Amino acid sequence: MQGLDFSIVPEYWPLIGKGLWWTVVISTASAVLSVLAGIGFALLVLYAPPVVRYPVRLFMWLFMGTPLLLQLFLIYFGLVQIGIDIPAIWSGIVALSLHFAVYNADIFRAGIASLDKGQTEAARSLGFGAWRTRIYIVVPQAVRGTVPAVGNMMIALLKESSIVSMIGIAELVHSAQLVISETYRPFEFYLTAAALYYGLNLILEAVLRGIERKVELSR
Amino acid sequence: MNDTRPMIEVRGARKFFGPLEVLKGIDFSVARGQIVAVIGPSGSGKSTLLRSINHLETLDGGEVWLDGVQVNQKLDRRSFERHINGVRQQMGMVFQHFNLFPHLSVAENITIAPIKLKGMAKAEARALALKMLDKVGLADKIDAFPARLSGGQKQRVAIARALAMQPKVMLFDEATSALDPELVDEVNLVMKQLASEHMTMVIVTHEMRFAAEVADRVIFMADGAVVEEGSPAELFRNPKQERTRSFLKKFLNG
Ligand SMILES: Nc1ncnc2c1ncn2[C@@H]1O[C@H](COP(=O)(O)OP(=O)(O)O)[C@@H](O)[C@H]1O
Ligand SMILES: [Mg+2]
Repeated sequence: MQGLDFSIVPEYWPLIGKGLWWTVVISTASAVLSVLAGIGFALLVLYAPPVVRYPVRLFMWLFMGTPLLLQLFLIYFGLVQIGIDIPAIWSGIVALSLHFAVYNADIFRAGIASLDKGQTEAARSLGFGAWRTRIYIVVPQAVRGTVPAVGNMMIALLKESSIVSMIGIAELVHSAQLVISETYRPFEFYLTAAALYYGLNLILEAVLRGIERKVELSR
Repeated sequence: MNDTRPMIEVRGARKFFGPLEVLKGIDFSVARGQIVAVIGPSGSGKSTLLRSINHLETLDGGEVWLDGVQVNQKLDRRSFERHINGVRQQMGMVFQHFNLFPHLSVAENITIAPIKLKGMAKAEARALALKMLDKVGLADKIDAFPARLSGGQKQRVAIARALAMQPKVMLFDEATSALDPELVDEVNLVMKQLASEHMTMVIVTHEMRFAAEVADRVIFMADGAVVEEGSPAELFRNPKQERTRSFLKKFLNG
């Protein structure tokens, strides 16, 4: 039996650190894109004419009903076959963004639907058109009201981002694996990776709490 | 400008909600600077009538005119949207539940429409907001958020928000009925002040005393129809219709 020995970890920090960096980059980019796309999908599903609305709904339905890993493979390995060659990093970001955008869209849609009708009426009575009412009154309130639920999605996204290791991106899990294949120290390096995820999570949660406080409607 | 032309004219207004006929052919007009109070039992169609004036409700029959322009004219969808947005900018509406925008400060609640719809510069809009808040006695709340205001303060901000668009008419739908009794007067005071400035107003209310004080004319509605109308003195002291009498009696005793 081999004892636990973490003194080996600092030596491999450059590699692990790089993995951590990619996890942060991919997660952050995907989080931002998934929120923006989520708002877009929600608006399309609610307000676009049927020729747009129904395809978007179908797309959302398909994305909710299939695993993220499969979506990632389709985007990275599948699209090449029809001439769309997206680099691995971008494939990962696109897959994560779309996957979580669909869930965010559902949250935003519910948030918009739960808004008091009086808000829209007040805006319309001032002379705001339908779209301006949505942009200036409905969406900002729906986004504020859904920060906790979307925040939970972002916490899930951070963890799920490890899936891009499957297409060879050296994010945190993949970097740990690379180091382990060299050192045969799975326990130490997987635990190190776990601790780093945990740290990222704490930071993300603090950020989310800050946002929640900042946008609270009962200021 | 034609000062004898009515500011608001409603002709033969009819409205159905499903099989329910809520407005059964309503005619009335409001002269420039006139103040009309609409009273009647709950469910008689007062809100529906008021909301039809700025097209929050679409009439199934009849016409609404604002200052010589037909509000509910037949246009294709796009043209109508543009038309109605323009018309609504000329009509302020105050709701029972205030409907302030909770994500915006008091200043932003008031300035968002002038800025986004009229292209007013931010500094100018803020000065305007301050002026309107001064009018309703809330200049010190300019940077507060709605959640921090009392009901009476919220409604006064809502009035300031409507006034900032410099409307030709103001529509009030039970502006004080969601308020605690002790907060009613501060809102009524603002409305009286508007009256003294000759703002054209249609006021749906359940406060008979206030209606008597502020209105030039009172309309009594029941079951989607105008039962009786007249000066406050006529209608309150000497109602001609039995329906009006029994309503007022119940109201004054209850
Ligand atoms: N959106 C709606 N859908 C169906 N029925 C409605 C709607 N709004 C109002 N009504 C009905 O129309 C009638 C008149 O309502 P309303 O105009 O609100 O009366 P009031 O303001 O005099 O109390 C009532 O019977 C009410 O239930
Ligand atoms: Mg009503």
